[in-house]
Amino acid sequence: MSFPLLTLTAAVPAVGAVATAAVPAGRRTAAKWLALAVSLATLVLAAVQLVRFDPDAKGPFQLTESHAWIKDFGVRYELGVDGIAVVLIALAALLIPFIMLAGWHDADPQESGSSRWRPTQGFFALILMVEAMVVISFEATDVFLFYIFFEAMLIPMYFLIGGFGDRAGERTEGGAAAQRSYAAVKFLLYNLVGGLIMLAAVIGLYAVTADQLGTGTFSLQEIVQARAAGKLDLATTTERALFLGFFFAFAVKAPLWPLHTWLPNAMGEATAPVAVLITAVVDKVGTFAMLRFCLQLFPEASKWATPVIVVLSLISILYGALLAVGQRDIKRLVAYASISHFGFIVLGIFAMTSQGQSGATLYMVNHGISTAALMLVAGFLISRRGSRLIADYGGVQKVAPVLAGTFLVGGLATLSLPGLAPFVSEFLVLVGTFSRYPVAGAVATLGIVLAALYVLVLYQRTMTGPVKEEVRGMPDLRARELAVVAPLIALLLFLGIYPKPVTQILDPAVRHTMSQVHKADPKPDVNDVEAAK
Amino acid sequence: MSHAASVHSLWTMSAAAPQKIPAPHIEYAQLSPTLIVLGAAVLGILVEAFLPRRVRYHAQLLLSCIALAAAFAAVVALAAGGYATGKAHAAAMGAVAVDGPALFLQGTILLVSLVAVFTFAERRLDPAAHGRPVDSFAAQGAAVPGGKAEQAAVKAGFTTTEVFPLVLFAVGGMLVFPAADDLLTLFVALEVFSLPLYVLCALARRKRLLSQESAVKYFLLGAFSSAFLLFGVALLYGYAGTVTYSGIADVVNGSVRMLDPALAATTGNDALLLIGGALVLMGLLFKVGAVPFHMWTPDVYQGAPTPVTGFMAAATKVAGFGALLRLLYVVLPGLRWDWRPVMWGVAIITMLVGAIVAVTQTDVKRLLAYSSIAHAGFILAGVIATTPDGVSSVLFYLGAYSFVTLGAFSVVTLVRDAGGEATHLSKWAGLGRRSPLVAATFAVFLLAFAGIPLTSGFAGKFAVFKAAAQGGAGALVVVGVVSSAIAAFFYIRVIVLMFFSEPKAEGPTVAVPSPLTSTAIAIGVAVTLVLGVAPQYFLDLAGQAGVFVR
Repeated sequence: MSFPLLTLTAAVPAVGAVATAAVPAGRRTAAKWLALAVSLATLVLAAVQLVRFDPDAKGPFQLTESHAWIKDFGVRYELGVDGIAVVLIALAALLIPFIMLAGWHDADPQESGSSRWRPTQGFFALILMVEAMVVISFEATDVFLFYIFFEAMLIPMYFLIGGFGDRAGERTEGGAAAQRSYAAVKFLLYNLVGGLIMLAAVIGLYAVTADQLGTGTFSLQEIVQARAAGKLDLATTTERALFLGFFFAFAVKAPLWPLHTWLPNAMGEATAPVAVLITAVVDKVGTFAMLRFCLQLFPEASKWATPVIVVLSLISILYGALLAVGQRDIKRLVAYASISHFGFIVLGIFAMTSQGQSGATLYMVNHGISTAALMLVAGFLISRRGSRLIADYGGVQKVAPVLAGTFLVGGLATLSLPGLAPFVSEFLVLVGTFSRYPVAGAVATLGIVLAALYVLVLYQRTMTGPVKEEVRGMPDLRARELAVVAPLIALLLFLGIYPKPVTQILDPAVRHTMSQVHKADPKPDVNDVEAAK
Repeated sequence: MSHAASVHSLWTMSAAAPQKIPAPHIEYAQLSPTLIVLGAAVLGILVEAFLPRRVRYHAQLLLSCIALAAAFAAVVALAAGGYATGKAHAAAMGAVAVDGPALFLQGTILLVSLVAVFTFAERRLDPAAHGRPVDSFAAQGAAVPGGKAEQAAVKAGFTTTEVFPLVLFAVGGMLVFPAADDLLTLFVALEVFSLPLYVLCALARRKRLLSQESAVKYFLLGAFSSAFLLFGVALLYGYAGTVTYSGIADVVNGSVRMLDPALAATTGNDALLLIGGALVLMGLLFKVGAVPFHMWTPDVYQGAPTPVTGFMAAATKVAGFGALLRLLYVVLPGLRWDWRPVMWGVAIITMLVGAIVAVTQTDVKRLLAYSSIAHAGFILAGVIATTPDGVSSVLFYLGAYSFVTLGAFSVVTLVRDAGGEATHLSKWAGLGRRSPLVAATFAVFLLAFAGIPLTSGFAGKFAVFKAAAQGGAGALVVVGVVSSAIAAFFYIRVIVLMFFSEPKAEGPTVAVPSPLTSTAIAIGVAVTLVLGVAPQYFLDLAGQAGVFVR
């Protein structure tokens, strides 16, 4: 296959970003349409990837491309997708147009400042840039190539958070609009430190491969094959140190307790569409990379670290959920809910059962869609009232029933109501965890109970009850907003009832990962059943 | 008769004596880069003396650019002629090496200087004084600041076009410095490039007292370090009986026992070797601004005219590290186990002190000064690797870093208020709103300093850390990564300030530069991005240039 489909999927948004940024200051609307068109073109390419991808084909990666790049560093421009990557690329490409539509007016300049200042063009260009980098990090099968875009992604993200935060005049808990640059810096520093620690591990990996294979390499397949053939033999401590370096970066990105504290700030201060971009698109790279790099490069160390990681993800689940219950700020509530859900995803990955990992990968998709739905509707709500505080709302469902209804569906998806997509994945994660770590599975179930609490209390306080004075006269969802929410809800329903189209692509990849880790599912043991009786 | 005979014998003896000293054999073609630059510098002085004042600026600019370009062409021709690899040897009676590292560094210095000359020649940033365009330099260097003579000089529209020959002299010294193959040449080259720099530092048009203070500080500390270096040279001579690098290396190895019978008492005395080596290293570490010899850096960087700062920060560092590499790899490899722990310590504190102290800075130029200290630490990590990879990674890093530095200082010259350049960080608030392009350009340089992927800073940092890791200095890599994280904080802070802060009402304006500075900045950005995205060609170049001649 010589047609560079994967490169194209990343190149289209990258070129589109440059083109969007170059649109003159006066042609603001043209820039928006251009960016939207580019994101739709990317979606088409992602769909083509999905179609061309053959779930049953042999070999770990498909649609591969490989070119020499930086020979001295042993770096190749190697792309390839497995089932997980292709689905996540589709998810990213799907969400970006909705994010753009939802943020259509977020970056309109409030006052005519300098004629050269083009915030709107910048906003849309940055979103496209993030998309390009996310796509290529899903595609990269060279550790170094992945690392480059994993890190570079931070810069456009940072400008999106810091440059286009919630509009001043909104009442927040801290009150100061300057918190936004604090949030942006915190986001960047957390992720940069994670990334730099990973850099040390990346260099370590190079040193080890160069030492044992003669030439240093970053190719995932080459390293995995060399390890399988016994040509590359990592000492136990080396493997563990390298694993920790990689895992640290991914755990910051994912984010896992106790490295999560940047997320509530970032999601709280960013506009709702950017918050969705962070949690539904960018953070998925972290959990994805755990599967692709941590487990496949360092299987033994992954197994060694599993008990600690399972405990950390349990803490994430409960801590995130408990803090979500206590939040007074709608966006921060969604952020803590996300931390809880990322706990489930990491738990599923490190339960090391095929159900768990299958559930975790499916969860990445479903969490993306359900958080997008909930957060974007929350953003619409916040933009109407100009406040993020739950206490400022009440009785919205009488004034804006469609808004309230879609908010409820998004919320119910977040609490994993059966019939909506996240239920399937959460169930799989719990079953998968339970079969290996019954106690952990039982504790994680508490997260669902708490989710019901924070979602329903949020709905009750904002949407039901007497109509508050400031809420009176609040307009219902506009056509543009409905066009954002309706497809997402339809997708949640569809995947809730019939997840097979997604799982049949994911499952072979999950099985492959499991085989890399040399872990088989625990067999149901007669003695266990006897003992249970 | 006997009387006459004795006179005769005296005569014959004195006549015979000169025959023992053979006429030195100089390979002029191989030394042509240096000779072109120094020749042009001499011509530049003649231009100052004989051409009328109104044509001097253009004549000097043209002369400097042509000389630097021609010298670069000569370097390329030498490299293409195989002098970087197969034909590498020590020219001029073993005083100057013509080999891969020397040619690579000379090429880098020449390109950097060419771009720096553009910023020296900028005359549109300051408002014209009395109808004549002025540059960044004092109207008359000798005039007392604020005195009558200065006012008269400004009124007469004087400009110090002698900066161009001064730069050329400095460049000439810098070309020899990394190529010097004996300790005396090293010392002479050091003085040749240092003295013009001291003068250049004192020549700022604005804030003249600060500028003169910086020059005095630089001169005093520089003189100290030169003295250390010279004392070290003397001790090493006492140890080995020779000042040539290869000769000292032979004695260190033990392959030669005695070179000069007159020094039988001291030859092979390890105390002399260790103390002498340490003193020479100190002199070189001073020039590259490594902790604890870094004290001059912030003051001098801040006080010197910004084009000079940019030139100094970029080119001096290249020359200094070049000399350091040659000394450690050619003279003292046999002493590796003695100097490596010391250099480890120096590298670690240089990285950490540079990064940590930079966090507290409030002036852009001082910030960049401390950042240059941190970067010196990163480069030292590569120097310590003592592998061919280490050399080539340092060469690559120097090339990448010098263009980023030059570009960053060029941007600093653009941001101005009534008092000249507005270097206080608070004045940079909201720059991104007023001049998105300038702020974005500076952001690119800052991201490169921070080592964000897809910039040259990342490729360079990866190269040196990789070399260090393979050279068994894994701990240095960890410290380097930690200090990178600290350093990232203050680079990011400037970006925050530029883009996310509200512009102040009385903030600085961004001067529209002439094509000269624009070109310099554009070259800086282009090199930063090209070396970040497609570094392979330059890595190859540095890799081929990684072997020192002995």
